[in-house]
Order: sequence, then structure tokens, then C-alpha cells
Amino acid sequence: MKFARDTWLIFQRQTQLLLRNPVWVFVGVFQPVMYLLLFAPLLKPALNAPTQAAAYKIFVPGLLVLLAIFGGLFQGFGLIAELRAGVIERSRVTPISRLALLLGRSLRDVVSLMAQAVIITLLALLFDLRVFIGDLLLAYLMLALIALMTSAVSYGVALKVKSEDALAPLMNTVAQPVLLLSGILLPLTFAPGWLQGIANWNPFSWAVDGTRALFAGDLGSDKVWQGLSITAVLAALGVYWAARQFARSVR
Amino acid sequence: MIETRGLRKSFRSRAGRETKTVDAVRGVDLEVAKGEIFGFLGPNGAGKTTTLRMLATLIEPDGGEATIAGADLRKDPAEVRRRIGYVPQGGSTWDESTAREELVLHARMYGISKADAQQRATRALDAFQLTEYADRKCKTYSGGQRRRVEIALGIIHEPKIVFLDEPTTGLDPQSRAHMWDEIRRLRGDGMTVFITTHYLDEADALCDRIAIMDNGEVVAEGTPTELKREISGDVVLVGLDLAATGQAAKTLDGEPYVNKLETVDEGGLRLYVDEGATAIPQVLRRLDHAGLELRSIELHRPSLDDVFLTKTGRSLRES
Repeated sequence: MKFARDTWLIFQRQTQLLLRNPVWVFVGVFQPVMYLLLFAPLLKPALNAPTQAAAYKIFVPGLLVLLAIFGGLFQGFGLIAELRAGVIERSRVTPISRLALLLGRSLRDVVSLMAQAVIITLLALLFDLRVFIGDLLLAYLMLALIALMTSAVSYGVALKVKSEDALAPLMNTVAQPVLLLSGILLPLTFAPGWLQGIANWNPFSWAVDGTRALFAGDLGSDKVWQGLSITAVLAALGVYWAARQFARSVR
Repeated sequence: MIETRGLRKSFRSRAGRETKTVDAVRGVDLEVAKGEIFGFLGPNGAGKTTTLRMLATLIEPDGGEATIAGADLRKDPAEVRRRIGYVPQGGSTWDESTAREELVLHARMYGISKADAQQRATRALDAFQLTEYADRKCKTYSGGQRRRVEIALGIIHEPKIVFLDEPTTGLDPQSRAHMWDEIRRLRGDGMTVFITTHYLDEADALCDRIAIMDNGEVVAEGTPTELKREISGDVVLVGLDLAATGQAAKTLDGEPYVNKLETVDEGGLRLYVDEGATAIPQVLRRLDHAGLELRSIELHRPSLDDVFLTKTGRSLRES
């Protein structure tokens, strides 16, 4: 009970501060829309897709996973600013739950990602993308789990390195191979065998496959439960680890 | 209110490839009574903040014990948190929030209901004369206003003890005097106040009792008056050329009214005497008799800096 209340308290505060900054909302939507408008049209010929709608079925889920990964991984910057302002230290001398300090923040990130995802899905509908609502909700669950994991990990790393100068290259170094090896922009069906072999070890590759299966309406596919299980386990691990960073005594 | 025994903390620091262990706090024993303003005086890096952060449950001690407002620091840090307030040195407010929002949020982090938190915030804003700015963003506040918000945050849940880390650092003289009044008011409300400072005048004027800390250890403890009395009497500073200093020391050493004599590096003597006013004429006579020329003579009632100097061999102003 106390934990739920504490989490809600932090979530409310973080959401309120986010909404106070309308620039963010614009930036958060502008970038994915650019991908949708300026990159997606290349895909129909490149993927040899029969229709534009078919190309979107492959590309949109990838784009959403991309947003979930990047949206989460860079949340740590905000935390470093809070560390510097003394807000985290001030919170840590109160009896508030340490897990709530993390989860309230991460849930804010999940909700803001969901808002982005809905906007993009709606726009894609204009381009004749059609998805069953049940499949779509499961896909959103997958995205929520990914965002929860990446944002928690980003917060945990931010608490450890405590400086933007260290966090930026670190997150970029992690994000780039993860992105390339997940078949987000182009499916890995084109990849040579060795590349596919490596990609099999990238959990995000499984998440992308699962999300694509859902967008294709293939609910029974093994890829769906595999992707969901992998992201759920990783999200739980990420949250556990990051909450420990909040609880740990740091200098 | 606070009792510590043998509190220790060391940090590992990395310089290049070598790892060094720095003993930041090496066995601190303290007793702080209810309702007093207790000061931790010492130079930067003496271990004041580290000790404070241990007492405020922010870092775990490597060893030792502490009881804070009746709760055991090692066994029940959660209970300690409920009973204390802590105001960090570098600030604790968020630029984009208003003072009222910060106060309500902070009260609610202690489990206080929303309605109660709002009432407390209003009362605190009033008590700290912040009502006028209550709904402006913190980034628009002056240094003194912001510090008042931070103190208000530290006591919003009416703790038994509040820890203030360098509460007046960076404030202009007027805000500083104002802050002293606020801190005295907290004591008036029955709170125990624990501050760290590296200002001698602050420790002297504000604190009921102080502990002088140097190099991770408490080197002296008592009321400012007691500590000053302990180093017995006044100090006479004799300004001399470097060349004359040695001979002057020889001349004055062993004089009955001189309790202790030290030479100053850049020339001159520091004489510890019982009564400066009667010692000065005698010093003048002796040196004149020995044909030594004085540059200056100065009477100096003991300050906490002299206490620091006798305990550590260094001046707090220099360190």
C-alpha cells in the first residue's frame, strides 16, 4: 500500500514536470513522424513489399521498438540533473520506498512512450496500416516492458557514473550495436548467417520479431511469447538492479 | 539526542592506476543534548560532511554505533529517517518547481496526507517569510530565499533533530544574520539542531556547543567559552624581523608571565599569557632592554581559531 502510494507520488510529480515543458512533447513526436514520412516511403521498393501497407507492417513495429529503446536509455540525463540539484539526496533521507523512487520515474517514461506510440500508430493508419486491437495492445505491452527496462537501466547507470559526460558515450555505445543487431530498420532476413547468429543473442532482436508478428496478426507465432518473456524477464532484472542503486549508499 | 561511538568511514579513491584508502572519519564519539545547537567546526575535508551524512543515513558507517533520537542508526535507519531532517550543502530544490510544490511533495514523502501536507506547506511558507514567492519557480529565488525553502523542507515533518550542512555558506552577510535567527527559532521550538560550519564566528555566536574536527577526528569538544578558556588566557602577538625573532624568543622564554611561546614562521612571536594587559608592558621592557626592535605588538583575546591552532598546530584560516 505504502509502496503503491509512494510510486504514485513520484509518478505524479515527474509527469507534472514533464508536461510543464511543452517543447518535449513536440520533440518526442517530431522525430518519429519524420521517420514515418521521410524514410518509410523508401521501404516498399527496398523490401519488395507488395503494397505500401505491407511495408508499414514491417517498419512501424521496428520504429516503435526503436523509440522504446532510445526513449528509455537517455532518461538518465534527467536524473543526473536531479542528482546535481540535490533532489535525489533529499528524497533519500525520507522514508519513501527506494523502489518507488525508481519506478515512479520509469513509469512516467513508459506512459510518455505509450503516448508517442499511439500517435505514430494513428498516423500509420492514414497510410493504410491495419492491426487488430488485441494484437496492438499486446504489442504495446511489449513496448512498455522494453521502455521500463531501458529507462531503469539508464537511471541505474546514471546513479553510478553521475555525469553526463560519461553517460552519453556509454549509452551511445550500447545503443548502436543493439540497434543494428535488432533488425529494426531493415529485417535481418537479409543478413548473412554470421550476422543472424550474433543477432540471436540480442534480446531486442527477439522483441522486434515478436512485435512484428503481432502487427502481422500472427498471434499464435512462437515469436510473440518468446519476445514477451524475454523482455519481461529483462525488465524485472533491470528494475531490480536499478532500485538497488537507489537504495545503495553513494558518496 | 545523538550519541555516537567510534563512528568510522573510509573511502577508496583512485588516482591513476593506484587505489588509495582515505580514512575520512576515524572514530567519532559525540553526545548531543536535546534542544541545543551543536556545531561541527573544521576545515574543508575534515570529515564533517561525511559524519553528518552517516548520521542522516545517507552513507553507511564502516564501524561504530550511533543512537539518534532514540533509534539505532545501524539496525533501524528507516526509523532514524522518520525522526530527523537533513538539509544538504549544495541545495535540494528543483529549478522548475515552486516552493509550495516542493514543500507539499516533501511532506508527502514522509507519508503525510495531501491535505495535511498542504496545510504544513502554507504554515512553513509563512514562518519562513516565503508566502510572497510561494508559487514562483525556485530558479527565480535569491540565494537566501532558496536556502530558507531548503530549511523549511528539512523540518516540514517536524523532526526531533535537524542536520544542516554548512547552512550559511555562500550567503551575503544580511541573509546570514537572518539565517542565524531562523536557526535559533528552530531551537526555540524545541528542536535539536546539528550544523557543520567552517566559519569561526558562526560556531562562536550561534552554537551552544561545538566539536572541532580535523583530519577525521574530533580534537576538542565543549561550549565555545569553555574551549577558549581551556587554552588559558590571552595571546600577545609580537611583530619582529626574522633576524631578531630567535633572540627575542630566548629573552622571553622562561619569563614568569609567559605560559607558552611560539615563533611565527615569517618572523615574530606568539605569547600565551594569563592577562594580556599586564603582560604587554613587561614584554616591551624586556625586549627594549635586550636591544631588540619591535615592529608591532598586538593583544588578542583567544578565539576559536586559537583553540584550533593549539589542538592541531595549524590555523583554521590557513587550512
